[in-house]
Amino acid sequence: MADLRCNIAGVTSPNPFWLASAPPTDKEYNVVRAFKAGWGGVVWKTLGEDPPVVNVSSRYGAVNYNGQRVAGFNNIELITDRPLDVNLREIKQVKRDWPDRAMVVSLMVPCEEEAWAKILPLVEETGADGVELNFGCPHGMSERGMGSAVGQVPEYVEMVTRWCKKHTRMPVFVKLTPNVTNVLVPARAAKAGGADAVSLINTINSIVTVDLDVMAPTPTVNGKGAHGGYCGPAVKPIALNMVAEIARDPECGGIPISGIGGISNWRDAAEFMALGSGSVQVCTAAMHYGFKIVDDMIDGLNNWMDDKGYATLDDFRGAAVPNVCNWKDLDMNYEIVAQIDQQSCIKCGLCHIACEDTSHQAISAAKDNGARRYEVIDEECVGCNLCMHVCPVDGCITMRRIDNGKPYMTWTEDPRNPANMEAAE
Amino acid sequence: MNHVADIAAGRLTSDEYAANFSDVHPPLDRRRALIEASRCYFCHDAPCIEACPTGIDIPTFITKIASDNVRGSAVSILTENIMGGACARVCPVEILCQEACVRNTQESKPVQIGALQRYATDHLFDKGVQPFQRADLSGKTVAVVGGGPAGLACAHRLSMLGHDVVVYEARGKAGGLNEYGIAAYKLPDSFAQKEVDFILSLGGISVETGKSLGEDITLSQLRQGHDAVFLGFGLAGVNALGCEGEDLDGVANAVDYIADLRQATDLGALNVGRRVVVIGGGNTAIDIAVQSKRLGAEDVTLVYRRGAEHMSATGHEQEFAQTNGVKIKHWAQPKRLIGQDGKVKEVEFEYTQLDDNGRLMGTGDTFTVLADMVFKAIGQTFVPAPLRNGSAEMLELTNSGRIAVNEDRQTSLADVWAGGDCVPGDDLTVAAVQDGKLAAHAIDRALRG
Ligand SMILES: Cc1cc2nc3c(=O)[nH]c(=O)nc-3n(C[C@H](O)[C@H](O)[C@H](O)COP(=O)(O)OP(=O)(O)OC[C@H]3O[C@@H](n4cnc5c(N)ncnc54)[C@H](O)[C@@H]3O)c2cc1C
Ligand SMILES: Cc1cc2nc3c(=O)[nH]c(=O)nc-3n(C[C@H](O)[C@H](O)[C@H](O)COP(=O)(O)O)c2cc1C
Ligand code: SF4
Repeated sequence: MADLRCNIAGVTSPNPFWLASAPPTDKEYNVVRAFKAGWGGVVWKTLGEDPPVVNVSSRYGAVNYNGQRVAGFNNIELITDRPLDVNLREIKQVKRDWPDRAMVVSLMVPCEEEAWAKILPLVEETGADGVELNFGCPHGMSERGMGSAVGQVPEYVEMVTRWCKKHTRMPVFVKLTPNVTNVLVPARAAKAGGADAVSLINTINSIVTVDLDVMAPTPTVNGKGAHGGYCGPAVKPIALNMVAEIARDPECGGIPISGIGGISNWRDAAEFMALGSGSVQVCTAAMHYGFKIVDDMIDGLNNWMDDKGYATLDDFRGAAVPNVCNWKDLDMNYEIVAQIDQQSCIKCGLCHIACEDTSHQAISAAKDNGARRYEVIDEECVGCNLCMHVCPVDGCITMRRIDNGKPYMTWTEDPRNPANMEAAE
Repeated sequence: MNHVADIAAGRLTSDEYAANFSDVHPPLDRRRALIEASRCYFCHDAPCIEACPTGIDIPTFITKIASDNVRGSAVSILTENIMGGACARVCPVEILCQEACVRNTQESKPVQIGALQRYATDHLFDKGVQPFQRADLSGKTVAVVGGGPAGLACAHRLSMLGHDVVVYEARGKAGGLNEYGIAAYKLPDSFAQKEVDFILSLGGISVETGKSLGEDITLSQLRQGHDAVFLGFGLAGVNALGCEGEDLDGVANAVDYIADLRQATDLGALNVGRRVVVIGGGNTAIDIAVQSKRLGAEDVTLVYRRGAEHMSATGHEQEFAQTNGVKIKHWAQPKRLIGQDGKVKEVEFEYTQLDDNGRLMGTGDTFTVLADMVFKAIGQTFVPAPLRNGSAEMLELTNSGRIAVNEDRQTSLADVWAGGDCVPGDDLTVAAVQDGKLAAHAIDRALRG
């Protein structure tokens, strides 16, 4: 049994699986159910100033893909719509009842120092383990100068983080918005402001679908729709890249990362951790299936770590970071070609038509007495992997390494690089 | 002991009849159709297309279901097969499209193509639209003999191509075996007539029922009165057992009994034996056996003279009969039907085996099976008489005694085409539709010359 205990910026939890700040963490009732199910921690649904916000009716949109429900999810909800004192009272109670679980409280108040100075001691008084500054919410709150309106201006990120560090001894997590051209800029600002950790990603600006009868975006509120925040399995690749960018950025200096975005199972979580995440946060998967999913997250991560011989999370955290590089540092001499296992081929022809119509005409189609046969033409194959991805049979198409005996050569070193040609002339 | 044949009507309650003869495969709802449609890989050069006798572009129609373009899906189906609705219900898909599905190789579970085809065509039928239009009129007329799948498919396509069509149908209703032959639970709720109405709603096709070739009209008259003739009048003959006792009361041709069953307004009024013996190994044998059982027969025994693998009924059909409580006995042939007071009482069978040359022979050992009713289902034959009556020229027949045709379904008479069960090939609804469609295009080419 591996040791799943997690320590991120001094906040500890029995396992790295936290619920992200969202409806699953809006009330004592939900959070207690989550802790009973085994979640290692929560980031309480974002608190704001009283009077609480008011939400609209019709709040969520979803992308269903080929029969899969909620491949992507979006919402136009605001922060908690319950009074501050009710939330604080419940946070205090839950932390007292569940002392081993991580209790981080998400906050969003106007961009004024007094506002932060006023709320932070109230949170501290509950015994919470840390705060997370919600600089990410991309809808509604941003129109009021909060959320991503702060997260998109690095100077504000740094300033508010600094205020918070000044007014509390609790660890400060800064939750970043992905709605920026370069996530490193706000991440570095958070670091400069003294943040103890960053959490990412918050949701992505989105319109998930258009109702073609009503002629309005969904979720539709009485005939109109506003852009909302996108999350769920569809955003995981975007989140992974942003986590990796921060993890490998020298200026960010190895700031602890709480990874978020489309995490649905232990494997997703392990990928975030391999790219440097300490804890991981989950929202959509829990909203889709309920809290019980944490059981397989814990169990699956444990079994995988045992198989790999990893005793603690630190044994593999960030292990993939050194292998994330820029394109120019890839090996130009690496060669692979597709290989079709004729035994497991079911003759769907998808590899052929994909390569034929859209790539390199490297898979031939033959018909012998009505029997179809698809074969790779090695000389034409550029090793793009397209056929392997479209093949519906696991393991039928693999990419075979061609041992050409050539050394590792980057684009910078490549004689075909125009820069090198000039130099040679 | 005096034998009293136990043949009776009303063995079941009306609810039981209703349940036994309702849709054997209930339709897919939208959700299930979408899940099933998402299983299609949209194969390149898809093997299922090749396996469909009418060549429906299956991946395309399934993709259209997946995108909720259900009308477009139905049109893709009906373009190749105007009886796509009936075929979705009656095709032995396990030996056609679904057998070719690549998912069989992968997981022994093909995409449910038939059920999806039904989902799409039902959608269009429910809307009551005829999606096709007629081309500019050619001024030509074509006579079609027989209003079954072959004749109607030919008529619809000819009308689309701009020709006027007169269908001469011997029976009181068009539809052919869809109306009089297919098992009742495969085409419930008057589907056959709804489909006929749908086909005729294109216009340009008039159906003259009660007009029999060879009796009311002759081939020469049709050839004189029309620019071309299509023959699709199916199989009128039934093979006889050729053994003693065949004329006893209680012995019937399966196809005749099924025709009565299909036309019955009250299934409870149909007589059926307590003990039924069916002789034969094709789908007709399976259909009569299962329908007897579903009418309330207590013991139904189907006896076939060879092994399970030799039956022309598909494995799926055999299994269906067995799960319906039909007992199937292989390797036995009828020797004589034994009666009392002119009524059949039991059937004596002789065990069979293959001799060294692979020919079927009796072993000499016998057994008897009690029977109140015996159904003969050992094949149908083409009866050429209607062609001869009153016609000077006779068209060529094949060795197997059906109408000889070329690839275009053209007979030895240049202005006469034929298709469906009356020509060689698989006796299937879908094959008949394909014949009709191919002949229509060939006729169109000939008429436009
Ligand atoms: C009991 C039974 C069950 C079957 N089940 C299936 C099944 O489940 N699936 C499947 O695919 N196939 C099945 N078949 C086969 C299928 O029904 C036929 O292959 C198909 O109907 C052939 O179409 P057709 O148009 O050639 O002939 P038919 O359907 O026989 O139509 C011929 C038409 O011509 C008319 N006619 C006959 N003589 C004359 C004349 N002299 N003048 C004018 N009109 C005439 C008839 O009344 C009839 O309407 C079954 C057949 C039988 C007998
Ligand atoms: C309905 C809903 C409400 C959310 N509310 C908040 C919020 O109040 N504060 C916050 O920081 N993030 C909020 N989020 C964003 C999530 O915490 C999380 O960052 C995002 O959903 C990505 O994770 P996921 O892909 O696991 O859902 C919300 C998300 C959803 C779906
Ligand atoms: S790897 Fe790319 S180029 Fe090579 S055969 Fe596959 S699809 Fe074609």
